[in-house]
Amino acid sequence: MSASPQAHANTANSHSTAAAPTVVSRAALIAELARVLPADCLITDTGRLRAYECDGLMLMREMPLAVALPTTEAQVVAVLRTCHRLGVPVVPRGAGTGLSGGATPHKNGLVLSTARMNRIVSVDRLAQQAVVQPGVRNLAVSEAAAPHGLYYAPDPSSQIACSIGGNVAENSGGVHCLKYGLTVHNVLRVRMVTMAGDVMEVGSAAPDSPGYDLLAVTIGSEGLLGVITEVTVKLVPRPRVARCVLAAFDDVRRAGQAVADIIAAGIIPAGLEMMDQATTVAVEAFVHAGYPLDAAAILLCEADGTAEEVEDEIARVRALLDAAGTTEIRVSDGEAERLRFWAGRKAAFPAAGRISPDYYCMDGTIPRRKLADMLEAMNAMSDKYGLRCLNVFHAGDGNLHPLILFDSNDPDSLHRAEAFGVEILELSVALGGTITGEHGVGLEKINQMCVQFAPGELDMFHRVKAAFDPAGLMNPGKAVPTLHRCAEMGGMHVHHGELPHPDLPRF
Amino acid sequence: MSHPFHSTLRELVLDAAAQGRTLRPHGSGSKDFLAQQLAGAPLDMRGAQGVIAYEPSELYITAHGGTRVADIEALLAGRQQMLAFEPPLFGPGVTLGGMVASGLSGPRRMAAGSLRDFVLGVTVMDGQGRVLHFGGQVMKNVAGFDVSRLIAGSFGTLGLILDVTLKVLPLPQAEQTRVLELDDATALLRMREWGAQPLPISATCWHGGRLHVRLSGAQVALDAAAPLIGGEAVDAVEAAALWRSVRNHTHAFFDGDAPLWRVALPPTAPHLALDGDTLTEWNGLQRWLRSDTDADALRHVVGAMGGHATLFRGGRTVDRALGVFEPLKPEVMAVSQRLKHAFDPSGVFSPGRLYPEL
Repeated sequence: MSASPQAHANTANSHSTAAAPTVVSRAALIAELARVLPADCLITDTGRLRAYECDGLMLMREMPLAVALPTTEAQVVAVLRTCHRLGVPVVPRGAGTGLSGGATPHKNGLVLSTARMNRIVSVDRLAQQAVVQPGVRNLAVSEAAAPHGLYYAPDPSSQIACSIGGNVAENSGGVHCLKYGLTVHNVLRVRMVTMAGDVMEVGSAAPDSPGYDLLAVTIGSEGLLGVITEVTVKLVPRPRVARCVLAAFDDVRRAGQAVADIIAAGIIPAGLEMMDQATTVAVEAFVHAGYPLDAAAILLCEADGTAEEVEDEIARVRALLDAAGTTEIRVSDGEAERLRFWAGRKAAFPAAGRISPDYYCMDGTIPRRKLADMLEAMNAMSDKYGLRCLNVFHAGDGNLHPLILFDSNDPDSLHRAEAFGVEILELSVALGGTITGEHGVGLEKINQMCVQFAPGELDMFHRVKAAFDPAGLMNPGKAVPTLHRCAEMGGMHVHHGELPHPDLPRF
Repeated sequence: MSHPFHSTLRELVLDAAAQGRTLRPHGSGSKDFLAQQLAGAPLDMRGAQGVIAYEPSELYITAHGGTRVADIEALLAGRQQMLAFEPPLFGPGVTLGGMVASGLSGPRRMAAGSLRDFVLGVTVMDGQGRVLHFGGQVMKNVAGFDVSRLIAGSFGTLGLILDVTLKVLPLPQAEQTRVLELDDATALLRMREWGAQPLPISATCWHGGRLHVRLSGAQVALDAAAPLIGGEAVDAVEAAALWRSVRNHTHAFFDGDAPLWRVALPPTAPHLALDGDTLTEWNGLQRWLRSDTDADALRHVVGAMGGHATLFRGGRTVDRALGVFEPLKPEVMAVSQRLKHAFDPSGVFSPGRLYPEL
């Protein structure tokens, strides 16, 4: 029944014990690639390679053998066929803004950047769709759609720089995904090249496709299944009006309750964000948004739609915030003020960079009702590890972005920051959530995968990867840990307080 | 959440795998007609029923696969919430597992999203009898491949669906249906133009020269949109009955013996110049066709437009050898076969339900 029996034999035992060691020399690889790529599409000198030694997770660095910058799908096919034949691992890379090390190079591998495939192929107003190449920046899609009154909804904070190919690989979110969904809800079709060099399309411009939903498994696959060469995205009509409510609270628990009350009342705001006092103070010094600095927490709640709808929703939200005990409410009057309310939230990362030599951004998601518990636990961890932490939350969907402040020149500080982060992620799982809401696992959170998933589930992830990449050469060693690694880590996954597979051998 | 029924299932799966037999998981059987073939010993998945967790303020519900969708919808309605993709219910006993296995969505699909968009997590038993949890109960979760959504629409061929967590949404504050007298081509143009504007349209249905448009949202938004849509308001009770009949295929269009094709098309696909009666939903993207037309000819026309066609109900005259589901491209089939093997290495679950190769 299977097309490729030896592939399965592979997965059952060895899993992606990552790529086999390369059997070709760097020189031989470069010589082979030079036959299929123009000279300006291949980087081999150490100085220029250094720009690719890490992505947004700067804690982890590795020098690749070379970097390929293809400009056409045919070149992508040729590069992948070459590497497949030579047994060389390939690390796909978009704009390199990812925060989890998904594009950290493999020391025996090639980095394949899609940055130069950056053409907007078409924007169709009546279809409400755009076809773009993977290197197109997220914001550029919305800019191209703007003359038609449309935009691309997912808006990660890095949207000025991050590319659609990377967004698809990571299933990126943003501040508006509570109402408008993640990348998986806004991408209709992906064209990609598998490690073996086969071009395939998953999804379609129609509302669905025959067979298994390969599009769903491709989105968020962290570059483990294929190299994306073209994407069809859904565009949505720009709301006529958007207004933002800023509410201050003197207690984080009350702020957390207000979030739950808004959702329970049947309101799905366009955005619902929370910042703690440390964050508010840090960003205020940076962007002067006029935030109330004495508040323990502030909420930003955005309503969008027609003028009538927005008026109606804001009135309902105000009543709920009042009942929840807010100490101050401001409603944006005009677009300038709305953008000022958001400016501080969007500047949280640079603000952290201003007050600390380094910061480490976490990405756990927890059930909304546990927000206050989590925040209190993180305050205790902050004391325990002796490190400050700024807390910004996508409160509406329970996605946390604690920014742990540390100094990488101090090895002990770095070590404490990492331990702090691990404790946050493991608490996220214990509270019924996940280790990553939108940044991906990459290299960064690979050990915590052993906490969130049982061996059988990790085994299935390896099998899914092997279905697309039987050779195990596409971004090996990322996103899914080997069972061996989990055993060495000593962590034992416990789901809902029960050992999930008492029958499975333990190691 | 484990259930005593799971150990029974595990024994059945392991026995079947060991002895080279096959199993066909089913719920109420309301979608048995939608199959390339029905093979394997019937395995009634209704042995585990009931809601496991429902948190209205967290917008999710988790239930065993054997739970009746009607019961879930009644529970949600009691808290002013809903399954926003409006799953088609082709009988009173449709189960959660069967609903997810088929992946079908109803009238609200273009406005709210498809079934798979609302799947947050699943627990499945694979072909080795292993109980595997994927996804979870939170909206944002990118740890590991999105297996939950891969299971949606896999028609029971990858594993047994033990429990499912779905995102739920608040019921709209208000709804209003309007009707316009328009021919097929004009209706398509009109729906396309509306789609590019921020209008609260939650469903469309064109049939027999009449276009019904449902608006959902705040009353003020409906009042503002109604004059832009035009036409006349439909009585609320009559409108509710109409949308229910479209959703559940009890509309008169779905009576009779002529083969029923489901055609999924890109947004700008034109009127289909084919013989037979048509009912158009989803702003023109989902078209139902009652026609004896030649399957290859239909698929050729639809494929050229970038769509695909399913022989939804075969009637008596159509040859299943033509393929109930649109044939897959070879490279997609190769990956699909390897995925099938990954989940079900012995080929226990519903062989051939989708394609002879799976």
